[in-house]
Amino acid sequence: MIQADLNTILPEIILAVFAMLGLVAAVYTSKDKLAPALVWVTGILMVLLAIWIGAAGGVDKIAFNGMFIDDGFSRFAKIAILLSAACVLVMSQEYMKRRGLLRFEYPLLVALSVVGMMVMVSAGDLMSLYMGLELQSLALYVVASLRRDSAKSTEAGLKYFVLGALSSGLLLYGASLTYGYAGTTLFSGIIQTAIHGEVSVGLLFGLIFLISGLAFKVSAVPFHMWTPDVYEGAPTPVTAFFATAPKVAALGLFARLLHDAFGAAVSDWQQVIALLSVASMFLGSVAAIGQRDIKRLMAYSSITHMGFALMGLAAGTVFGVQAMLIYVAIYITMNVGTFAFILSMERDGQPVTDINALNLYSKREPGRALAMLVLLFSLAGVPPMLGFFGKFYVLRAAYEGGLAWLAVAGVVASVIGAFYYLRIVYYMYFGEEGSELETNRSPVLWVFLMASAVIMLLGVVNMFGVEGAAAAAAATLVN
Amino acid sequence: MDNLLSIVTFIPALAALILAIFLRGEDDAAHRNAKWVALFATTITFLISLGIYFEFDPADPGFQFVEQSDWLLGLQYKMGVDGISVLFVMLTTFVMPLTILASWDVKTRVKEYMIAFLLLETLMLGVFMALDLVLFYLFFEAGLIPMFLIIGIWGGANRIYASFKFFLYTFLGSVLMLVAMVAMFADAGTTDIEVLLTHEFASETFSLMGFQIVGGLQTLLFLAFFASFAVKMPMWPVHTWLPDAHVQAPTAGSVVLAAILLKMGGYGFLRFSLPMFPVGSEILAPLVLWMSAIAIVYTSLVALVQEDMKKLIAYSSVAHMGFVTMGIFAANQQGVDGAIFQMLSHGFISAALFLCVGVIYDRMHTRDIDAYGGLVNRMPAYALVFMLFTMANVGLPGTSGFIGEFLTLMGTFQVNTWVAAVATSGVIFSAAYALWLYRRVVFGDLIKESLKTISDMNSRERFIFAPLIVMTLLLGVYPSLITDIISPSTAALVDSYDNAVAAAQSATQTASN
Repeated sequence: MIQADLNTILPEIILAVFAMLGLVAAVYTSKDKLAPALVWVTGILMVLLAIWIGAAGGVDKIAFNGMFIDDGFSRFAKIAILLSAACVLVMSQEYMKRRGLLRFEYPLLVALSVVGMMVMVSAGDLMSLYMGLELQSLALYVVASLRRDSAKSTEAGLKYFVLGALSSGLLLYGASLTYGYAGTTLFSGIIQTAIHGEVSVGLLFGLIFLISGLAFKVSAVPFHMWTPDVYEGAPTPVTAFFATAPKVAALGLFARLLHDAFGAAVSDWQQVIALLSVASMFLGSVAAIGQRDIKRLMAYSSITHMGFALMGLAAGTVFGVQAMLIYVAIYITMNVGTFAFILSMERDGQPVTDINALNLYSKREPGRALAMLVLLFSLAGVPPMLGFFGKFYVLRAAYEGGLAWLAVAGVVASVIGAFYYLRIVYYMYFGEEGSELETNRSPVLWVFLMASAVIMLLGVVNMFGVEGAAAAAAATLVN
Repeated sequence: MDNLLSIVTFIPALAALILAIFLRGEDDAAHRNAKWVALFATTITFLISLGIYFEFDPADPGFQFVEQSDWLLGLQYKMGVDGISVLFVMLTTFVMPLTILASWDVKTRVKEYMIAFLLLETLMLGVFMALDLVLFYLFFEAGLIPMFLIIGIWGGANRIYASFKFFLYTFLGSVLMLVAMVAMFADAGTTDIEVLLTHEFASETFSLMGFQIVGGLQTLLFLAFFASFAVKMPMWPVHTWLPDAHVQAPTAGSVVLAAILLKMGGYGFLRFSLPMFPVGSEILAPLVLWMSAIAIVYTSLVALVQEDMKKLIAYSSVAHMGFVTMGIFAANQQGVDGAIFQMLSHGFISAALFLCVGVIYDRMHTRDIDAYGGLVNRMPAYALVFMLFTMANVGLPGTSGFIGEFLTLMGTFQVNTWVAAVATSGVIFSAAYALWLYRRVVFGDLIKESLKTISDMNSRERFIFAPLIVMTLLLGVYPSLITDIISPSTAALVDSYDNAVAAAQSATQTASN
């Protein structure tokens, strides 16, 4: 029995053991000299694990009496998490090294937080949910303040920690209420109590607190306040990481909790999620207009995109979950490329994040500017880029879920949002001659930027099969 | 060839890709190569598209050259043309080589310029050929990107404002259409335009947030599509982006904008609004007719007071598009035929007028009407060409402009006499502003010092105008060239529209009895 359980969580065990071994090895040997190699090894291990999880596939398994679920949905999310984390790690290696930030803890903390995320998307019980979430969050608090000598970075870490702890408290309170009124912490048990008649008021309170806690993790309005500061303060590679893998994990957990535990009470949470969605879309779009710092801008952009992803979830249908998964997969691909671009922005060896610096960038670097142009239009949801299809899926899910008003609100918000993406295009293509921006010629960044842009264009043909995988994943989650 | 349409559509894109990958350098040789590749690609596209024109069977009102394969999410890659769209395809392939020729003197970022135009051609052709809702939307919307860049990079002094206004205005219009498309997909279960044309969308009145929606779903869908096409067209009062975009765009950009991009709105009305939401169209037709009449009179008056030549022609475009919407929503054979004819003829005439402005702008670098006068003395050939197109713009019999205006007015007269009467007065105003413009620029004494050395059109410029002159006069005296091709399709369209409206009316009557 235990043997089968352990087999089910083998990928998580491997990654966790690897992180421990790496820690020991680095402490007892040459410390930070090992870091560059460690980054690559961690990245490669993550890719291998992703391939393994993808190839193993097949049967759905439940381990530890339902606390851990290994199904198509969790596998889809895990592959997305592992691949995006690996991309960000590899991308950040050179940036961190040149700024003396490449400590051996960095890849290991990222690996540990990825373990947490993998547990999150597989959680079948409020206990394992909380365990995964905290493992992920604690590792993230530390990496946010990785630049120890920078006030902004430490502030970002502290802010993230304090607010994150608050949200964990909310979540825990919701979990205990749910346990109190449902009599069990297992999702499969909670859904049974909901099926028998109405959801009790206490359970409803528990649900709302749980949603609030998770909304914090996906940075949905009104729980978004930490996002711009943390994105701005953290070192750019860490920001890139924040914008990708944790979002997938948190949304995956969101979908898992709402469908597995409260799937019988869709009408009770649909309005709440729709509200979170519409508020995020509008606030993200409007607030980004005034930003001059590209990292803050990307923070608001991620808030908007989470609003769109939640739109799929709000539909409360199988198709809605599929739309959300596709949206998130496209979103992280775009973000990896965009952050590869941001990482390459520098002047005199110092990173630059002011969008003014991009003046007439297209004249000096036509290739990179063109790739960024594609990504920006994709982020704005303009066809024929893949970003449009993400929006199309969630719009359709929302409409078919009876939320036509949400779809209309979403497209209006996307027009407002288009303005600030266009403004970056404006600086790159129409701007005036200004102080020159040097470009980091690291081939790794170039490859990620170009690959992401090419995927945005060529994905239009068949989406590289992600559509089918997402459909299968959504089908296993929602019955 | 089974996939003739795809070949025609993607040749320009392929050429753009080749330019983007293989052309390096910023010297004269590279610039020359970029221009020649673009000219060659657009000409080849035109020659191949002639195959569509000659193989097209006018007797068949259905879609021809159809190609179809599966795509994502139950969508389809489906292309095809019928009598309504085939001539727009031809217009596009015909105008594009001329715009490339007209841009021969571009000096900055020539390679990117040519790539933008080539991509734009692919996207415009796609709009007229797409037979899948989302595919249509994809082409329709993607066209904004190259146009945004064309205005923004190669435009005039106030280009930033104009490009943002252009993009956001049209984007807002079309996203509402996207929601409507999602709704149609959910309702009909398919995005195949051929199937949707026969699908009946619900038209029962229902109430939404306390409002009674007469015509039900059809009215809502109609309004959503209307938001998009009215902006694109552009119709009064959402036309204000057009003068800005036209004035700031480079000459070739204005030509494409006026000759082809504006036609997408009219094409959309004919492809979607009228046949798919007949009940909604019927309910809102009076509104559209009056908006068109106001557009014709109002923008003609506005054109009278313009001091910038391009702005004047831009307002005249809005007025002429007013005739188009009026003809379409008259919803009878003459009206719809006239609307298509007017769009095609306007494609040639407005393109030529913007090129005329371009000719003197290239020499004097100003578009102020006051800066000119007496050009006939030094530029006789130019004066002749400009006069021909001014007359065509006014709608002089014998030019293509007359046929379109006459047919739409005739169609509208049968439906709404008052609208036709108001619109006819617009014809007089158009004579006023066009002739006055011509007088101020071309006639009078050549007193301005700066104009003393101006040279007449060179052979490249003459060569650009020649085909436009031929088409304008040919269509003016032999309109059957167009009407023979479009009539079977428009007859079928008008037929199904009348039937649907009659069926809906009898249904309401039975319900009220």
